[in-house]
Amino acid sequence: MDNLSFENHIMKQFDEELEEIRTQLMEMGGLVEEQLRLAIRAIEDADSAVAETVIARESQVDDMEMSIDERCTLIIARRQPAASDLRLIVSVMRAVSDLERIGDEAQKVAKLAITLTEEGKSPSGYVEVRHIGQRVLLMLHAALDAFARFDSAAALETLKQDEQIDLEYKSAVRELVTYMMEDPRSITRVINILWVIRALERIGDHTKNLCEQIVFVVHGRDIRHGNE
Amino acid sequence: MANSEMIESVNNVSESGTERQTVGASFCDDPKFSIRNASVFYAEKQAIFDVSVDIARHEVIAMIGPSGCGKSTFLRSLNRMNDTVEDCRVEGGFHLDGQDIYQDNMDVVALRAQVGMVFQKPNPFPKSIYENVAYGPRIHGLADSRVDLDEIVEDSLRRASLWDEVKDRLHQPGTGLSGGQQQRLCIARTIAVNPEVILMDEPCSALDPIATARIEELIEELSQNFTIAIVTHSMQQAARVSSRTAYFHLGELIEVNPTEMVFTTPEHELTEAYITGRFG
Ligand SMILES: Nc1ncnc2c1ncn2[C@@H]1O[C@H](COP(=O)(O)OP(=O)(O)OP(=O)(O)O)[C@@H](O)[C@H]1O
Ligand SMILES: [Mg+2]
Repeated sequence: MDNLSFENHIMKQFDEELEEIRTQLMEMGGLVEEQLRLAIRAIEDADSAVAETVIARESQVDDMEMSIDERCTLIIARRQPAASDLRLIVSVMRAVSDLERIGDEAQKVAKLAITLTEEGKSPSGYVEVRHIGQRVLLMLHAALDAFARFDSAAALETLKQDEQIDLEYKSAVRELVTYMMEDPRSITRVINILWVIRALERIGDHTKNLCEQIVFVVHGRDIRHGNE
Repeated sequence: MANSEMIESVNNVSESGTERQTVGASFCDDPKFSIRNASVFYAEKQAIFDVSVDIARHEVIAMIGPSGCGKSTFLRSLNRMNDTVEDCRVEGGFHLDGQDIYQDNMDVVALRAQVGMVFQKPNPFPKSIYENVAYGPRIHGLADSRVDLDEIVEDSLRRASLWDEVKDRLHQPGTGLSGGQQQRLCIARTIAVNPEVILMDEPCSALDPIATARIEELIEELSQNFTIAIVTHSMQQAARVSSRTAYFHLGELIEVNPTEMVFTTPEHELTEAYITGRFG
């Protein structure tokens, strides 16, 4: 059943409820994506003001998570969803939890941006952050796009990018360790950069989870943990 | 469980040559009941179209589908209850433990003891609780003495988890019990004659959630010793009590699959539409 539709329930109200949680999920996705974009920019531009914006908006992400969760719980209690409806609810609940974690990681990056800015300017490590940051942003964008269209082929394609991110993370770590050895005075600073790319790498993992949820909604297959 | 023994269903080709295909796992090895190319007619009107399916030993199979799709008709054909309906004609193979139940010399009364039925509306006889349960074993000659009979009655009431509630008033009328108790009395009456298969046609639709929960618990227990086919309009009930679910649509068997699969990832889009409450 590839032509997934969440309409045409005999109870029209149910269509609307499902549509609403989808809309909310996409809104939350949009917000989280923006948080990540700003957090990366805060690092690149050494801009504390932008970082403060990210930190201030983190509670909005949390609120959305709770609100969507509550709606899903209500639908389960009221409608006893089955089959694709059930899969949608389950996957949305999992997805919001991953989005919330991505939001947390973005906030971490923003806080580190403030620390790094206070420590003063030194460009070492920014190349790595920019590189991985752009990749993670693109991946998240593609995953949200696939979620909006329930495009499992796109999800499977997007999911593969996590491997690339992991590879780049590892090589960035090696690079940063070299900086530290070459210039021990940079250690504190480079460790903070390490925390940043660590956060970005984690975001890649959560984004991969999002992709897996799309496959679950569409095909009912659980591909988590290497399950094929 | 029987699920693992299920094999892929094959195409059924009806007499008219049109292809009817039941998707999923319709068949199993060494079935209790084996139904092949079953069609049921009421006069000229066909109500069941070329249904083939096996019912495994000690499984609970749920039959679901929109009103009028033929669930009751199909269920009734399993113990020849349709014989009592005028103008009703049944075609196809119905084998219980390999024996054709529609063969000419079949003892239909014995068959209905072997394949018992519990109906939607509890229908105790206008007699005492004791007599309701004792009646069957007596006419089938299952008890040699009063002591035997007492034992069968107690045992059946216990297995229907009604004993504790009625042991002090066995000789009061069965019709004086609550709806849920009456339904358990009917189940006790059915199991008193030692059936192998129990057919249930919406057994809980007249009961409140607590009485329903007790019957469902009972079904779970009974499945250790009996093979059960249950028709239900409650999707949640099908999901709770059965190991396989069969979806009927306009007299055709559309899909048979493990219940957990039917309710999470049904194979056929008609099944999906029905269980998610959409226009099919
Ligand atoms: N005694 C009868 N005489 C003529 N037609 C009948 C008879 N019993 C049932 N039918 C017809 O056969 C078809 C299947 O009916 P059946 O009662 O088996 O459906 P069902 O799935 O049990 O429906 P419900 O969920 O409403 O109980 C219906 O079109 C019904 O009108
Ligand atoms: Mg019926």
